[in-house]
Amino acid sequence: MRTLHFGHITPDRLDATFAALADPTRRAILARLASGQASVTELAEPFAMSQPAISKHLKVLERAGLVSRGRDAQRRPRRLEARPLAEANAWLEHYRQLWEGNFQRLDVLLEELKTQQQHRGHTKRGDRP
Amino acid sequence: MTNTATVNVTTPTDREVVMSRFFDAPRELVWEAWTNPRYVRQWLLGPEGWTMPVCEIDLRPGGSWHYVWRKADGAEMAMTGSYLEVAPPERLVSTEKWGPEWPETVNTLVLTESGGRTTTTLAIAYPSREARDAALKTGMTDGTERSFARLDALLDTLG
Repeated sequence: MRTLHFGHITPDRLDATFAALADPTRRAILARLASGQASVTELAEPFAMSQPAISKHLKVLERAGLVSRGRDAQRRPRRLEARPLAEANAWLEHYRQLWEGNFQRLDVLLEELKTQQQHRGHTKRGDRP
Repeated sequence: MTNTATVNVTTPTDREVVMSRFFDAPRELVWEAWTNPRYVRQWLLGPEGWTMPVCEIDLRPGGSWHYVWRKADGAEMAMTGSYLEVAPPERLVSTEKWGPEWPETVNTLVLTESGGRTTTTLAIAYPSREARDAALKTGMTDGTERSFARLDALLDTLG
């Protein structure tokens, strides 16, 4: 079995990123942090969840390298780390492009089929309903 | 406006991923290209270097389908499933499975036509979020070429 190669990104790292992203609360936390750093208390506010529950989600995000802690010892603000997200996105883009490759071949095929159909329309016009 | 058709991917639910793409052809032709083995093997190939030596389609409710891709170095991958609904030229519902360890998905292809042009929408539904995540995990550590069509599992997590 081949190993996934995408620059220097390891499959484990992508695994962690995608697993972290596979939860709506964690995605919402990331969306909030995209507009600036925030403390755990601030992050917990919009959710019907306890702070420990939010902290648990934050741990998953931190382990995946998606979130880091700021220097302020009192607030311990969390901030978004953009790099793993950009890597995951680039990797997905790679797959999207593979599908786009399929669809571009389909475009070419459809053009051929249209031409064939028009040709048939001319030669067998009387047969068409 | 020029036609810059590109594939659009959305994740409407936890278990689903939806891909849509616009094609400059009437839907009868698009339907034919998606369901006639003679045409399918010409475009559904993934990355460079793969061919599709097996493309069997028994296009009726309950009928089955079987695709095998092969590369010059001997690498192979196969996919099977069956048809649940066949309503040409607008709706095709089928199951899809990569192998025993993969969750079976239900894929719904819908073709809508406007002014001789067609929008195709392919919705891929996993039986559960757990199944989707399991597929994701395997897809992530598997080979790039082999997993090109496992796109669904991966995209699903970026919703």
